Amino acid sequence: MSRHTLSVLVENVPGVLSRVSGLFSRRSFNIESLAVGPTEHPEISRMTIVVSVEEQPLEQVTKQLNKLINVIKIVELEPESSVQRELLLVKVRADASVRSQVLETVQLFRAKVVDASPEALTIEATGDTDKLDALLRMLEPYGVREMVQSGMVAIGRGARSITATAVR
Amino acid sequence: MTSANTRQNPAPEASPGQRPKPAPPNGAPVRATGAQSLVRSLEAVGCEVVFGIPGGTILPTYDPLLDSTKVRHVLVRHEQAAGHAATGYAQATGKTGVCMATSGPGATNLVTALADAHMDSVPLVAITGQQSTGQIGTDAFQEADICGITLPVTKHNFLVTDPDEIPRTIAEAFYIASSGRPGPVVVDVPKDVQQLATSFAWPPEQRLPGYRPVGKPHGKQVREAARLMASAQRPVLYVGGGVVKADAAEELTKLAERTGIPVVTTLMARGVFPDTHPLHLGMPGMHGTVSAVAAMQRSDLLLALGTRFDDRVTGRLSDFAPEAKVVHADIDPAEISKNRVADVPIVGDCKEVISELIDAVDTAEAEHGAPDLAQWWSQLGDWRDRFPLGYDWPEDGTLSPEYVIERIGALAGPEAVYTAGVGQHQMWAAQFIGYQRPRSWLNSGGLGTMGYAVPAAMGAKAGSPGRQVWAIDGDGCFQMTNQELATCAIEQLPIKVAVINNGNLGMVRQWQNLFYAERYSHSDLGTHNHRIPDFAMLAEALGGVGMRCEAASDVDSVIERAMAVDDRPVVIDFVVGKDAQVWPMVASGTGNDEIMAARGIRPLFDDEG
Repeated sequence: MSRHTLSVLVENVPGVLSRVSGLFSRRSFNIESLAVGPTEHPEISRMTIVVSVEEQPLEQVTKQLNKLINVIKIVELEPESSVQRELLLVKVRADASVRSQVLETVQLFRAKVVDASPEALTIEATGDTDKLDALLRMLEPYGVREMVQSGMVAIGRGARSITATAVR
Repeated sequence: MTSANTRQNPAPEASPGQRPKPAPPNGAPVRATGAQSLVRSLEAVGCEVVFGIPGGTILPTYDPLLDSTKVRHVLVRHEQAAGHAATGYAQATGKTGVCMATSGPGATNLVTALADAHMDSVPLVAITGQQSTGQIGTDAFQEADICGITLPVTKHNFLVTDPDEIPRTIAEAFYIASSGRPGPVVVDVPKDVQQLATSFAWPPEQRLPGYRPVGKPHGKQVREAARLMASAQRPVLYVGGGVVKADAAEELTKLAERTGIPVVTTLMARGVFPDTHPLHLGMPGMHGTVSAVAAMQRSDLLLALGTRFDDRVTGRLSDFAPEAKVVHADIDPAEISKNRVADVPIVGDCKEVISELIDAVDTAEAEHGAPDLAQWWSQLGDWRDRFPLGYDWPEDGTLSPEYVIERIGALAGPEAVYTAGVGQHQMWAAQFIGYQRPRSWLNSGGLGTMGYAVPAAMGAKAGSPGRQVWAIDGDGCFQMTNQELATCAIEQLPIKVAVINNGNLGMVRQWQNLFYAERYSHSDLGTHNHRIPDFAMLAEALGGVGMRCEAASDVDSVIERAMAVDDRPVVIDFVVGKDAQVWPMVASGTGNDEIMAARGIRPLFDDEG
């Protein structure tokens, strides 16, 4: 199995998220991550879907997605020709005895502290999955009290726009 | 029985101001309620008949429907039948079928019919009432999230929240249902949206940026297919329901005759190629002919047209047609290489694909020469001669179900329309009636919906009043939807129903006989032992004519008597033996090489012996 990142342009209409997620569940396709948000065109939303499948089933995923009336366009973004990012918020135990070490780790990963209390720091970090995993491994020894992570968003490198041709 | 003059909707006599004035020819907007706009939209899109049942949230729409002179409404007895009737209408005529129901249970009763139409790619539009927008999500009376419920069993669905959107939504619904790979579309309209003031204008602008069905095939792919055809030694045209939907029967015959390639027609394609044609090997699949199944298994080139490599055709996929290259043409790109990887994928409408193939074959043969299929045909002819379709008469002297069905086909002829339920009688109807034209055979292929036959026949009759329509039904199936005989009687839809009454859920019994050590768990319906119900009396009670036939010598005369009735539905209770089985058979989960022509006879194994 290999990971594939799909950028899916959809009509910004009610129910489109359940159409897409319903399709994945009933066809037994596995979603690793899903993020939805607006685009520069108010009538179009963009989903970034990470799926773990072989080459042949991936073709089925995109063909079935394309059959959804509200799906306008699907582009697979290769890791080497795109920027892929996730957002992590993590609350780490950090009393005075370890605070400076935690802050050092934060700097090392170019993350930042967004909230602080005497016992804990809340850290915000963005990056690809590998970087965030590495950060979490570094923070775990101090004690992760709570964490939340977004789905991946991705955009192709270079000047080309996938939305430019999607609007008629 | 109710007299015929009550069947049609009464002539419009609405009080002034109740109805919108006819739209001016330039399509300028006229004032209307949402409900009026909805009915006007149905008229504008060419809808002739709606099958439905009114109820609370769809009542506003039923009011202007009373005044429509263009749209006939057929009041059915159960919403599932409304859906199947719309499907039967669509399959018999090629037009889009329409059904209507209220919210909640009315809408959920449509679900089976929608799933059925989805599996068999039938153009269908279902209009459902919905609770008023302010009450949606509050678990209001008769509220059901029908868009959510039908998401996986429809091509698309709409919840209309603005009455101004009604004409556009109806236009888009019909366009989506009938174009590309056809399918069912639900339009859910809240009650307040039907009641609000709006304006009606036609034609509306359509906005479907994500929907672009492909019609024209890629020329390079077609040429590649023709090149393979020119060099194939054992080619087979594997033809599915997509060829019926593309109205490409004529093109198919031309291609087959031009190339001499044998044709097999799937359950959904029966009739698209004449059964009497010498190039026809019959139906492939679990209960297909030995020659059709064997031809595909030994083929070196499958030309799959408008078909989807269904498990009932392929058997165990890894053993299916192991030596064949595959050319797969379908209007739905997602079907191509879904189950079997295609060597030459062609996305396009079958009518265009086949037309272009005919031209491309000329070019390819000029270049590569025409293949000699004589050896292939001698092998095919051998299979066909040694393993023709047939049946034995029951040893206990009971009536043979196959004989009954064969005689109906012979006497009603190829111009009639035949529908079937699901089970043994369906397979025998697919095998023993000689189909000569497309849209003469309607059945529930993909979903396998018991109870399909009667309502589908009703819909087919509404769409083709000039044709005789026969529902070949089983006693199990008939007990699921026979209430629609009342509709047929009152609405003057005189269908014929042949109940192939073996007293059992016959196909279940066959599997229990073959695979469950003859332990007949709950498959005996008691229709023989107790004669409950008495189908002839039931037919009379529902406004039809009831007949019974128990002897072979009476079969022809009873069919002829049924054919002479044209003002009421007729039901013939054919009491047949319970032990007849459907053969040939490929047992579920096995490979097609293991096809049994009859119990214990495995032609393809003997062949290699």
